[in-house]
Amino acid sequence: MDDALIEVEGVTKSFVVRRRAGRFRRTRTVVDAVAGLDFTVRRGEMVGYIGPNGAGKSTTIKMLTGILLPSSGRLRVAGADPVRDRVRLAQRMGVVFGQRTTLWWDLPLRDSYELARRIYRIPDATYTRNLARCVELLELEDLLDVPVRQLSLGQRMRGDIAAALLHEPEVLYLDEPTIGLDVVSKRRVREFLARVNAERGTTVLLTTHDLTDIEQLCSRVMVIDHGRVVYDGGLDGLHEQGRSERTLVVDLEREQPPIELPGTRLVRCEGTRQWLAFPASASAAPLVAALAGRYALRDLSVREPEIEDVIARMYGEAVVAV
Amino acid sequence: MYTAVCVRSFRRYATYRAATGARVITNTVFGFIISYTYLALWQVRPHLGGYDLSSALTYVWIGQGLLSVAALNDLGALTDLQTRISNGDVAVDLYRPVDQQAWWLACDLGRAGYQLVANAAIPMLVGALAFHLRVPQGSGWAVAACWSASALALVLALVVGYAIRYLVALTAFWLLDVRGVQLVYFLACSFFGGFFLPVTLFPPVLEAIARALPFVAVFQVPADVFLQRYDAAGTLAALGLQLVWAVVLLGIGRLVQGRAVLKVVVQGG
Amino acid sequence: MAETHLPLWRSGRWEPGHALRCYGHIVRMWIRAALAYPASFWMTAVGNMLLSGLDFAVIAVMFLHTHALGGWSLPQVAFLYGTSGLTLGLADLLVGSMDQLGVRVRDGSVDTVLVRPVPALAQIAGDRFALRRLGRVTQSGAVLVWSVAHLHLDWTPLKALLLVSLVICGTVIFGSVFVGGSAFHFFMADAAEVQNSFTYGGATMLQYPPTIYARDIVRGTVYGVPLAFVNWLPALHLLGRPDPLGLPSWYAFASPIAALLCVVVAGLLWRTGIRSYRSTGS
Ligand SMILES: Nc1ncnc2c1ncn2[C@@H]1O[C@H](COP(=O)(O)OP(=O)(O)OP(=O)(O)O)[C@@H](O)[C@H]1O
Ligand SMILES: [Mg+2]
Repeated sequence: MDDALIEVEGVTKSFVVRRRAGRFRRTRTVVDAVAGLDFTVRRGEMVGYIGPNGAGKSTTIKMLTGILLPSSGRLRVAGADPVRDRVRLAQRMGVVFGQRTTLWWDLPLRDSYELARRIYRIPDATYTRNLARCVELLELEDLLDVPVRQLSLGQRMRGDIAAALLHEPEVLYLDEPTIGLDVVSKRRVREFLARVNAERGTTVLLTTHDLTDIEQLCSRVMVIDHGRVVYDGGLDGLHEQGRSERTLVVDLEREQPPIELPGTRLVRCEGTRQWLAFPASASAAPLVAALAGRYALRDLSVREPEIEDVIARMYGEAVVAV
Repeated sequence: MYTAVCVRSFRRYATYRAATGARVITNTVFGFIISYTYLALWQVRPHLGGYDLSSALTYVWIGQGLLSVAALNDLGALTDLQTRISNGDVAVDLYRPVDQQAWWLACDLGRAGYQLVANAAIPMLVGALAFHLRVPQGSGWAVAACWSASALALVLALVVGYAIRYLVALTAFWLLDVRGVQLVYFLACSFFGGFFLPVTLFPPVLEAIARALPFVAVFQVPADVFLQRYDAAGTLAALGLQLVWAVVLLGIGRLVQGRAVLKVVVQGG
Repeated sequence: MAETHLPLWRSGRWEPGHALRCYGHIVRMWIRAALAYPASFWMTAVGNMLLSGLDFAVIAVMFLHTHALGGWSLPQVAFLYGTSGLTLGLADLLVGSMDQLGVRVRDGSVDTVLVRPVPALAQIAGDRFALRRLGRVTQSGAVLVWSVAHLHLDWTPLKALLLVSLVICGTVIFGSVFVGGSAFHFFMADAAEVQNSFTYGGATMLQYPPTIYARDIVRGTVYGVPLAFVNWLPALHLLGRPDPLGLPSWYAFASPIAALLCVVVAGLLWRTGIRSYRSTGS
């Protein structure tokens, strides 16, 4: 059995935007939000989907959920066309939009869940079990009778995540699910998602700007920029692709002029401390030996590359390449 | 400063172009429907209530024109005030060194000005093309006098209407849900103001009630001035009545506002 | 397909029954929410009743000065008034909240409706269901009862059936206009107030006899937006009035056909609207 759940082939989406130019004229511009995407997600995978602002992440998710009709290309979720089979597929997927709630705004959280039970036709036993689990793991106990509009952003988000999972979807789309959450809530949400993925085998596609989410949850990352996939693979590969660098932090006995050492690049120099960057793939040992031979050292440490920097460099390059 | 506020408000309403178009169409459609009912009625009873047929039809189209100018079916610029009261933003306004009533009057006049140009003109023009409407008649002097009296009556009507709506908006300080009050305002203003039918056609008791209420000053009086139903003295008296209502209602508005401010200060909004 | 092993509640087939049930659940939830503030509820309900009664007050005042309008007596006009108000009121009660759709299109919250396994129409029609709209239904119903009592019609089973069909088909026609009109929110979110011309404007027009209008206007309501089938044509037959257009007599019984046509057109418009929904950038 072919276990590809999401198949995307040459998908594009462009928006026609009318802007007012002057008093009566309007100009028409075409924005290519997604410009030719190709990828496949297998059942049970947990994929991080990242990219700079305006890269087309949300647009992709809206096409996968059947909200938006692609301008061209082929899109299949569980073998079905998300727009044509929208209502049918909706039964099998869960969606969380970080910036928009799917809960009923003026009603208590409990009513929203109750309505979800009817809408998704969840059997009573399943509903009770799943709700209890969500309430426990996401700590919703005290929030159930509060109207959604009175919940704080973080509380609402947890409520939203629970709502998306009551009907045990096969696939879960999360568009910035950790936006605005405090550190503790973030950790709780991550643990919860990891468990859902591990225990039920739910496929998860997650967009975020918090790379810690990706580091802790996803074995696979897709980076998109300007509507195209610029990287697709494991986290480790990201370091190579991004030509990431490690850093030698050198504490000298005395202030010295900037160090020049072949194979390294001076990044910063502050008093007796200097920062030297070198390729992540190179060994640090010969560099340390060379430094120790030339200078009187007080301390020396090696810093691993920051994922943030790697991604930042990647975003930067993609812009240049276009 | 209030002139600037007025102009800005005019511009702001000018950006809602599609909504304006939609309103124009709606008003025109209603104008036609009501015109035909009047036609049917005046066919049986020519000169009913002292209006001849073309006066009656003119009355209809003035009504459709003034509907949005006088903001009968919403609160006009005061919708914003009401929203600000409901969500508590008004507390910020109260600390600014401007007179609230004057500020919002300027806003509302700007809105009315825009809707006079955009919303009132087209339905009236369509009405004039489709039916035989009445324009001021008589000697050159009489015509000029009628137009200027009508303009004055219109401005006074807008001020009276504003004063009423200001009171309606202020109720938001005490009521959680203001829809009910708004509905009552619309009912009272459109029925007793003579918007649906001239109050002269009402049964005597009802007419007496209507004449004693301020709503006639918003619609019936300016329309009658334009239709030359008053002689010179009568016109002056009509304008005087409008003026009195404007002063009285603005005064009440101030009193209520004072109470409301106290409430905000005491309860912190 | 691979999911045949899934239990029924997971298969998510499109079923009208399920859509209707969900509509019912949503409606019930809103009623419960509205009744949480009884004072406000009763005030708006009574206000609505008075508001729709105002139109009738106008008619009553007119009949103070005449015995007939366009050749129709007061009970006859009241019959038109009652049927027009009742059908519009019912349609407004059932799907009238849809004219709020423009706001949702603009802020992009239609997104959340589209990811649920129930047709969007069922959800949007039920959203913000306002029981206070019963005000118009009650008031118009009362006028209708009064007019029927004063009309002294000789009832036959066929006529009774025609009256029942009038109420149902009229509601469906007005409901279709609401739905079809709402679909325009997807194209021009600001201009949708035009819909009011057809619904509230149309209902006002139907309160008066067709004889008072220009013939072309009446013809437009027969062959254009078929509002004449709401009450005019059946009423001509029920009240035994001559038809100003001289249409074939079976037109009086054609309301179900017109209603069906309206539903189809409204459905197509709605579908096109949903397809062209473009969400928002954030
Ligand atoms: N409904 C729309 N109408 C017009 N343009 C749109 C619309 N939705 C998205 N866009 C444009 O498409 C591009 C991609 O938007 P999208 O929301 O997919 O970005 P994103 O990757 O989710 O960004 P972010 O990280 O800021 O959420 C942007 O340039 C945006 O302006
Ligand atoms: Mg986004």
